[in-house]
Amino acid sequence: MSDTHAQTVPFVRDTMLPPSDPPAREAGAIHWLRQNLFSGPVNTVLTIIGVLIVWFLVSHFWDWFAHSVWNANSLSECRQIIAETWGEGARGACWAVIRERWNQYVYGFYPPALYWRPTMAFGLLFLALAPVLFSESPGIRRIVLGLATVLTLWLMVTLNAPAAWLVFAAVMLIGGLAVSERHVSWLLIFSVLYPLMGVWFLWGGSAWGPIMVLAGPLLGWIAWLALGRVSGLLATVVALVVPLVWWYFYAGEAASDAESLVSLAIPAVASDRFGGFLLSITIGVAGIAMSLPLGIVLALARRSDMFLVKSLAVIFIEFIRGVPLIALLFVASLLLNYFLPPTVTFDIILRVIIMVTLFSAAYMAEVIRGGLAALPKGQYEAADALGLDYWKAQRLIVLPQALKISIPGIVSTFIGMFKDTTLVTFVGLYDPLKSMSDAVRASTSWKGIYWEPYIFVGFIFFLICFGMSRYSMYLERRLARGHR
Amino acid sequence: MKTSVFLGTVAAATLMAGAGMADTLADVKARGELNCGVNTGLVGFAAPDANGNWTGFDVDICKAVAAAVLGDASKVKYVPTTGQTRFTALSSGEVDLLARNSTWTFSRDTDLKLDFIGVNYYDGQGFMVRKDLGVTSAKELEGATVCIQTGTTTELNLADYFKANNMTYQPVNIDSNAEGEQQYMAGACDAYTTDASGLAATRAAFADPENHIILPEIISKEPLGPAVRHGDNNWGDIVRWTLYALIAAEEYGITSANIEELTSSSQNPEVQRLLGVTDDLGAMIGLDKEWAKRAIMASGNYGEIFAANIGEQTPIGLARGLNAQWTQGGLMYAMPFR
Repeated sequence: MSDTHAQTVPFVRDTMLPPSDPPAREAGAIHWLRQNLFSGPVNTVLTIIGVLIVWFLVSHFWDWFAHSVWNANSLSECRQIIAETWGEGARGACWAVIRERWNQYVYGFYPPALYWRPTMAFGLLFLALAPVLFSESPGIRRIVLGLATVLTLWLMVTLNAPAAWLVFAAVMLIGGLAVSERHVSWLLIFSVLYPLMGVWFLWGGSAWGPIMVLAGPLLGWIAWLALGRVSGLLATVVALVVPLVWWYFYAGEAASDAESLVSLAIPAVASDRFGGFLLSITIGVAGIAMSLPLGIVLALARRSDMFLVKSLAVIFIEFIRGVPLIALLFVASLLLNYFLPPTVTFDIILRVIIMVTLFSAAYMAEVIRGGLAALPKGQYEAADALGLDYWKAQRLIVLPQALKISIPGIVSTFIGMFKDTTLVTFVGLYDPLKSMSDAVRASTSWKGIYWEPYIFVGFIFFLICFGMSRYSMYLERRLARGHR
Repeated sequence: MKTSVFLGTVAAATLMAGAGMADTLADVKARGELNCGVNTGLVGFAAPDANGNWTGFDVDICKAVAAAVLGDASKVKYVPTTGQTRFTALSSGEVDLLARNSTWTFSRDTDLKLDFIGVNYYDGQGFMVRKDLGVTSAKELEGATVCIQTGTTTELNLADYFKANNMTYQPVNIDSNAEGEQQYMAGACDAYTTDASGLAATRAAFADPENHIILPEIISKEPLGPAVRHGDNNWGDIVRWTLYALIAAEEYGITSANIEELTSSSQNPEVQRLLGVTDDLGAMIGLDKEWAKRAIMASGNYGEIFAANIGEQTPIGLARGLNAQWTQGGLMYAMPFR
């Protein structure tokens, strides 16, 4: 065999021919265009129509965006600058209104000297969220926390935060970053405490209020420990009742007594000073944080075998889903005042948060129920076969899978809810989109401005919602265990 | 059955709320703050500035009442109310006083259980059109498309006017003044109709005000005034006479600049009574002697308030017109302080 081969050797190439270029139509940009944009008559026509639409939009609006004015004190000044720079009759965007009213769009009517407080609360929010949102990706967590730390401290310095609070924020943020490197789960303690802390930073007043609220579950826990030996059921019931009784009857008094002994008060800020994105984000974050657990409970209740629990859940969900959110907001702002005695004032933002939470919890429940229903029956039976009780089965087997399936739906509900926070305009709160923009337009210098505030606020909403959407896709990839 | 029980509860709760709040003056004094319902933002009448300080024609009424009752014009909590929430906010007790450019009508005064305590601005509904439309009178608007804000008295007035003149029109419904301007500028409607004060302010904000005209016809009466709850007459008296004090002050030439001087030197008995130099009028409404003086000092007399917020020197540039003193041919007429 080798002999025959030897004779033919001179005629055999010992090097490969260099590959020739593919035909011009099958490579590079042209190939991509042919494949994706002009693969057939229908696709070609659609491409041309699409290009025409884009060209139409750009040609109509390009000059408006190109002629942007950032420095002016009133709309008429803007118009004058546009006419001087680009000639009489030119039109342009007057972003100066955003520049002048920036603080108002971000903080509403919050006292300017205290702007650092919401800023700090917002920065610490990321620390509270880190162990929940980025528990499995140290790299991303490091970036997020690092950015939050640097930006928060920098902003606090520029906003003239008192040195003591600057140190506090630095210790919390940098300490949190350090702790998260070793024991992420320790940060969960901070996540649990954050809601009370955030409320205190935003509304101010005495720190004893949140502390006394926190004392409720603590007392319940002590009661549970004490009675645990006597009877499990009794201990559980008492542990649930004690905090409620404490909150309702004693917490307020205890807080004011403690305050008179040792004052831990920072300047209080009333709810009517809230507005703009501060208001939207406060309502949005509170609503999101509370509607998910409530939605899970409702979804489980609706699938429960217990008749009463199930009926109540169905009634609640169907009622809330059948009523427009605006109707609930009107109830919160107007009808409640008729029922409550005149001396009882119930904070309007709190009322709105409760209504928004209930509303999105009902939708959340249905989304999660979808996830529960999508789980194969075998999973439930497997949990039973392992001898797990109901809560263990839900916690260890059912919910992790059901929630994973529901992530897109859950995040959609979050996004929808966050955007719905602009509806608070109807109850006289200053949402950034309508009320705040109308208030800006009501000043004589900016009357007549229309698109700029809408575009600006819409853009910020887009950034936040797009961020949430990208996060949900990241989460789906992280949790796609079936494909690994 | 269930419905009637529910409605009964609502009614009972309303009655209780009403009964519990019969003494608004005591409530306001105890609270140390006047809750004043204002517009969420209307040029010249009520608007928060970049720092959240409220200014405007209606806002100054709130300040005057706070100064009269509490002695401090800054002790006002402004509650922004929308067109939908304003009257409920008042009747539910969320606000003590509604100074929100609301038209005094029969049904609001009676059925809605409000008490309009007077008129601080006589407005009327008008039309604005583009000059090149060639229209000079509202009577020529046959078949026109008209931008109109829904849920307001202007909507009803428009229908009445066109019906009475046997004309047809095509309504373009809008939600807010800003949207109306935008629709009108974009050519979605031939005419834009709202209160004449609003039209003037809108036109002044256009890039090309010279290309738009406000038609001479005023098709409705829009007496705008502060309102209080039905049933607390003493509180109603306080707000009413505070407004009259501002109007009377202009009539007698009392301004925020010369008020101290007039207090000590004026020989006019009416001025002396008003400023609490002689009689004690304040005691009759549960206030002290100098209540009216403080109210006038808060932002000046009616004329000063008008000039500072919406008058001819401001970008809105409204003439006094019907809102001049009765001695100047207007309708502003304060009842005698005696």
